[in-house]
Amino acid sequence: MLKIKVTDRIDILPRHSFLSLVFSLAAGLLAISLIFLFSGVNPLYAIAKIFSGSFGSMYGLKETVTKAIPLILIAGGLTLAFRAKFWNIGAESQLLMGAIFGTWVGLNWGPHLPAAIIVPLMFLAGFIGGALWGLIPAILKIKFSINEVISTLMMNYICNEFMTLLIVGPWRGKTKFGFPYTDDLPLSAILSLIPGSRIHYATLLVAVVTVIMLGIAVYKTRFGYEVRVIGENPDAAKYSGIDFFKTTLIIMAISGGAAGLAGIGEVAGIHHYLSYPESISSGYGYTAIIVAWLAKLNPFYVILSAFFFAGILVGGDAIQISLGLPAATVQIFNGTLLVFLIMGDFFLKNQLTFQWRPKRN
Amino acid sequence: MLNEGPEAHQRPSLKIKEINGMKKIETLEMFNINKSFQGVKANTDIKLSIGAGEILGLLGENGAGKTTLMNILYGLYQPDSGAIRINGQEISIGSPVDSRRYGIGMVHQHFMLVQNHTVSENIVLGYEMAPLLFPQHKINEKILSFSKRFHFDIDPQKKVWQLSAGEQQRIEIIKALMNGADLLILDEPTSVLTSQETNELFQNLREMQAQGHLIILISHKLDEILEICDRVTVLQKGRIVGEAATKDVDKKTLARMMIGRDIIFRIEKEPMERKNKIITVDSLVVRGDKDLRAVKNVSFEIFRNEIFGIAGVSGNGQRELVEAITGLRRIESGKIIFEGTDITNKSARHIYNTGVAHVPEERIRYGVAPGLYLYDNAILKQHHKKKYSNKLFLAYNKIRQHAQHLLSDFNVLAPSVHVQTKNLSGGNIQKLILGREISENPSLLVASHPTYGLDVGATEYLRNQLLKRRKEGGAVLLVSEDLEEIFELCDRIAIMFQGEFMGILDAYDPRLKDIGLMMAGSLRL
Repeated sequence: MLKIKVTDRIDILPRHSFLSLVFSLAAGLLAISLIFLFSGVNPLYAIAKIFSGSFGSMYGLKETVTKAIPLILIAGGLTLAFRAKFWNIGAESQLLMGAIFGTWVGLNWGPHLPAAIIVPLMFLAGFIGGALWGLIPAILKIKFSINEVISTLMMNYICNEFMTLLIVGPWRGKTKFGFPYTDDLPLSAILSLIPGSRIHYATLLVAVVTVIMLGIAVYKTRFGYEVRVIGENPDAAKYSGIDFFKTTLIIMAISGGAAGLAGIGEVAGIHHYLSYPESISSGYGYTAIIVAWLAKLNPFYVILSAFFFAGILVGGDAIQISLGLPAATVQIFNGTLLVFLIMGDFFLKNQLTFQWRPKRN
Repeated sequence: MLNEGPEAHQRPSLKIKEINGMKKIETLEMFNINKSFQGVKANTDIKLSIGAGEILGLLGENGAGKTTLMNILYGLYQPDSGAIRINGQEISIGSPVDSRRYGIGMVHQHFMLVQNHTVSENIVLGYEMAPLLFPQHKINEKILSFSKRFHFDIDPQKKVWQLSAGEQQRIEIIKALMNGADLLILDEPTSVLTSQETNELFQNLREMQAQGHLIILISHKLDEILEICDRVTVLQKGRIVGEAATKDVDKKTLARMMIGRDIIFRIEKEPMERKNKIITVDSLVVRGDKDLRAVKNVSFEIFRNEIFGIAGVSGNGQRELVEAITGLRRIESGKIIFEGTDITNKSARHIYNTGVAHVPEERIRYGVAPGLYLYDNAILKQHHKKKYSNKLFLAYNKIRQHAQHLLSDFNVLAPSVHVQTKNLSGGNIQKLILGREISENPSLLVASHPTYGLDVGATEYLRNQLLKRRKEGGAVLLVSEDLEEIFELCDRIAIMFQGEFMGILDAYDPRLKDIGLMMAGSLRL
């Protein structure tokens, strides 16, 4: 009988972390290759195609940056929540709430205000929308002990339906010939792009500044210290006099708010009007979970891992077209990588010893 | 009461043994056992033998390898080499399931109970004779009959988290007996008991001994070993350094064997004048987790240069009282006046800043964030103070310096301040917590079970630190179940039972001889 013993690994060096990362990505790619094989596609060709589609051409690179913007913002916020062991699965709808709030501001106030005023206002509204939506599960968790995984996930559905209600109902645009879209944002409320691309650089700037500030907050500030203590041992946090309620509220306001920023960025930069929730959020809220995890919950690394996963999203689109694979391929790809990353983490933090023992009679 | 005893625990054991074709354990030997963890030798060439009707003491400081050795016998660890023989026949114990089948039971120091389950659900875990359908009724009956025979007072329907440590230990013992244990391993069993309960436990053990059970008792308390054991084996750094029949040795000899030097059994305490009042607790009423009143109308005062002790079996409201004083639990009625200001129902941080420090019970659960570095934990309660941070940023340079000072001032053995706190031993974590709590020179230090489970060296060190606080003008509120500790350190002693003080006595009051009765609630002064 094979016996497996799991013990804590005592000293984990940076190079161990790095090696575990490389190995889990490699193992993940290997597993994905098997999936490609089963669907009758040469895995080497498909993987090469994914990365050449995203990083191999100027067009691909620009698209990759475009998709990295919301991922950086959302994943940055998630690192904070996850560090406090608040499992926020609801970034998807926090993004949508940000989009709804920001769009309302843009549609209603945009026609009367110049870009220099309306754009910051929209971002502010987006942040507030996401933050408010993120606060609800935080309050439910602390005041009523309701598991945040369930509540944040369920709130995604609520928000989805709410947004659908808005676009088919009261917010349906007069200029959209009966389609369930809102009217276009006024010109002053639309973000300008880097010419020849879809990169809305204002949001990119907001995103990079946000994660840098988050990084400083986590590692250098009192607030970040309290977040880490709460995540490591909530009982000790209470004992040490940390205000659990207040800190968790701030964490979720920032986490939801960052997703809200991504939401309004997507609308003002790319779509220009609200349409069905799936097309606005595009699953960024879920992908960002993996992005945050790949970054080891370090806000600074989020920029790199968001870029990597944005590349997979873009490359996934490319192989859908060139190899005729179904749209779910990218999700399988991402999910598989996440599973292997988490396994890598397990092997990094634990030491396994194997022992053969003869079977007793 | 105990004349039913023999059948009581032989009936089930026989049944299990019949299934496995095993006889009752007459002798058990461990032979040349070696075990190492990541290169560190925990056990080296250990030989051990025990026969029916014998109580063997296993003595040694923390980290001497006692628990490792017993975990091997119980099947939790596999030895790197060596053999175990029962009745002369070599056996292999792959897991606790095996050891239970051979008739070996173990009561761990940290109880292995599912907190959210009931007593009977916990006992039924791993119980092989549970009926397949609707087991509850049968099991409850069985538990009740067992607890009646052994004079344990246990409600099988209660959830484990509602029980005191002493009660939880009784569940563990019943569980082992119901599983048919001939050989019972007890890991530091008395660390959670009062002297009265300890005596009861010892009586039970003697009964079991008379009926031919084998008992291995892990302890670092010399008195206990001498009182209850027939033979003693002394471990030091994973090796056997001495073996003796207890009738041939005395406390001093054993102590020397155990730590290789003489220890002072009396800590010197100079008399101090009691004049400046620090804290007044007035008719305090506090509700516990079960929403029942856990502290009922408790009043007392503590002065500068005083150690005020609260003795009693845990679960009698001590935890709730401490949490109320330190701001972790709401006070229903009553008042706490600290150096002239009212701190009733103030926040934990406010109370800490006013000058009440707290060494919590269950140090790893409350006292530290185990995954963070030592220097992070060195400022767990002070991180908001000016010297370590401004409104926004932490001054990590100063924090690391401070941590370094704590390590050297309080004898914390750690390679550097850059290690995760969970890698330290219990004693070193406790020294770190104590150092952190008294580094701000608080007027009152509340210490809950500060030496629970620590070895002799660390215990001595911590107790001396408490006396130092007393000498320097601080006041200490010491909650402990260890009477030796209470008598050694305290100027006045309150005895707590079911949320009330049964009396407050001076340390030299002759009436303290009845402390056991007061702890059991049968005497009130």
